[in-house]
Amino acid sequence: MSLFSWNTVDSVGKWIDVRLPIISTLKAHTSDYPAPRNLNYWWEFGFIAMFMLVIMIATGIFLVMNYTPHVDMAFNSVERIMRDVNYGWLLRYLHMNGASLFFIAVYIHIFRGAYYGSYKAPRELLWMLGVLILLLMIMTAFMGYVLPWGQMSFWAATVITNLMSALPLVGQEIVTWLWGGFSVGNPTLNRFFSLHYLLPFVIVGVVFLHLWALHTTKSNNPLGIDLKSPQDFVPFHPYYTLKGAFGTVLFLILYCYFVFFNPNVLGHTDNYIPANPLVTPEHIVPEWYFLPYYAMLRAIDFNIGIPFTDIVIINSKLGGVLVMLGSILILFFLPWLDTSPVRSCTFRPIYKWLVFLLIINCFILGYIGSQPADASFGGIPLNWIGKLGTFWYFFHFLVLSPVVGRIERPLPLPTSIGTPVLGGRA
Amino acid sequence: MLRFLSFRHLLLRTALGGLALISLPLSAAEQEHVRLPQYDWSFSGPFGTYDRAALQRGYQVYKEVCSACHSLHQLAYRNLSALGYSEAQVKTLAAQNEIQAGPNDAGEMFMRPALPSDRFKSPFPNEQAARAANNGALPPDLSLIIKARKGGADYVRALLTGYEPAPAGFTVTPGMNYNKWFAGHQIAMPAPLTEGGVSYGDGTKASVDQMASDVATFLTWAAEPEAEVRKRMGIKVILFLVVFSGLLYASKRRLWAKLH
Repeated sequence: MSLFSWNTVDSVGKWIDVRLPIISTLKAHTSDYPAPRNLNYWWEFGFIAMFMLVIMIATGIFLVMNYTPHVDMAFNSVERIMRDVNYGWLLRYLHMNGASLFFIAVYIHIFRGAYYGSYKAPRELLWMLGVLILLLMIMTAFMGYVLPWGQMSFWAATVITNLMSALPLVGQEIVTWLWGGFSVGNPTLNRFFSLHYLLPFVIVGVVFLHLWALHTTKSNNPLGIDLKSPQDFVPFHPYYTLKGAFGTVLFLILYCYFVFFNPNVLGHTDNYIPANPLVTPEHIVPEWYFLPYYAMLRAIDFNIGIPFTDIVIINSKLGGVLVMLGSILILFFLPWLDTSPVRSCTFRPIYKWLVFLLIINCFILGYIGSQPADASFGGIPLNWIGKLGTFWYFFHFLVLSPVVGRIERPLPLPTSIGTPVLGGRA
Repeated sequence: MLRFLSFRHLLLRTALGGLALISLPLSAAEQEHVRLPQYDWSFSGPFGTYDRAALQRGYQVYKEVCSACHSLHQLAYRNLSALGYSEAQVKTLAAQNEIQAGPNDAGEMFMRPALPSDRFKSPFPNEQAARAANNGALPPDLSLIIKARKGGADYVRALLTGYEPAPAGFTVTPGMNYNKWFAGHQIAMPAPLTEGGVSYGDGTKASVDQMASDVATFLTWAAEPEAEVRKRMGIKVILFLVVFSGLLYASKRRLWAKLH
């Protein structure tokens, strides 16, 4: 008889579980979690995003072991990682491209939620926690981009922190406080480094709340209907663990293509030039995942004041900042802005196309954000299109979502997912 | 392999086609930058490797021409072993450079031949000295030049061969030189390569284009010394993932078939 037996394992497990129900809780929330049986591949991206978060933290921890947060040494320490640290290039390219792939996953995840109405009751808090994660990701990614201390790092830090100066009265004081000095310098790099290490763990915390809310309200599904019958569910394991593993591996192939064969295509060449406060790059652009926000920031190039007077209430800079911030904050209110009782756009003949239009609009804004501010397209200044796109973005949420929800006549909803999935034969 | 490469190009072209269509009506100045010549490099593509002979010739061009003004400070002489030199050869190549070391026990700095562990010797002690010697212009460090310029190796090779007389009506500021590929067309660096400017040990004819090609290859290696290892690992990783995803898909279908 061997000393080891599954009975022993089982009794140890029971001993622990009586005192701290960690095993049974994990089992209930991972393998036994009842998931709707009709989830399509768009539902993979929540898991993929979480997977990317883990990769980012894991590679980040090892990068920190070799990185020096000092204005004179940061750039060279990154190059040392690339050249002299064993597999340092792999760690850095995984981390650098991982940020982009993390955003790809999260953006798809958000639009999936938007299309299938995953933000509607009872999942409002779940959605809002997700928007909070997006905000935290944006801050983390921005501060991470500053760390290699290349030209784009430095000038992105300068441009973005300077936005705070748009705040009335205290703006300039806040900027000085953020910088820890009178320009972007070593104190700025140090605090960004510290916060870039901290925020991912805050994200982990909010992801935990996000999952808690998910497991309380249960997953939405492509039909967007409430599921009651037990036949509508399958245990998460093995059904979605296997389907999820397949989707994740496909996503990994895309990720690995960038890491191994085109690691710098998503970045900017100027960031391989060490930061130089005396030389401004010809054309300062953020990373691709910030381009739509950047286009919105630049779209507001006019002061808002009382008509026919010189009184300016909101100057163009503050206006741009408010619009850019508003583009994300507005998502917090989407559960109430959309008045339709139907969740899934599959059954919403008008709103469905509006969601597609919104996605296209985000791509157009992204393109405009990537171009110089004075660029034009066949004689039309691109910034005009940027203004139109910005207007459409807010028009979608503030006007179309509430109005279309009221006037649209949705298609008849199925009573259970058994009906469409089994083709009515069951 | 050829077929694979062209397929990859086709894919890339299709993907970029849409973008290119959008960017077509941009100003004429932008278009000029886009139409950089596309050279055929030994290191391009997922199976690309550095041509060792070109690397060694490129190092010779760097050493005999570029290093008069341009540093390469991210590199150490030991890195030259990747060019195909033996340990003894690397020691000899390093020792050809006198570098400052110290302080010694008496507290004084002294000169000694460089060791393989030393970084490449920089031509100027500091930025001010570099500017003073170059009419106020700063010759950039070349360690990352390929990654720091749009177009990479294509750009560097085109730039080095892009010196020509300024077109009629174009006034070149005194001390500057006309270059077809430089932004604004006025570059402080005079044409660095001349026909037969170096004499290659392997008998290759040292034409301007040959030297430009060799030094661009060398600088690509200098910017991405890990590229060969990276691509080799990438092929294994992608192959593994493709097979793995096939297995996962098959198991997933079998499992879900029970449900439908």
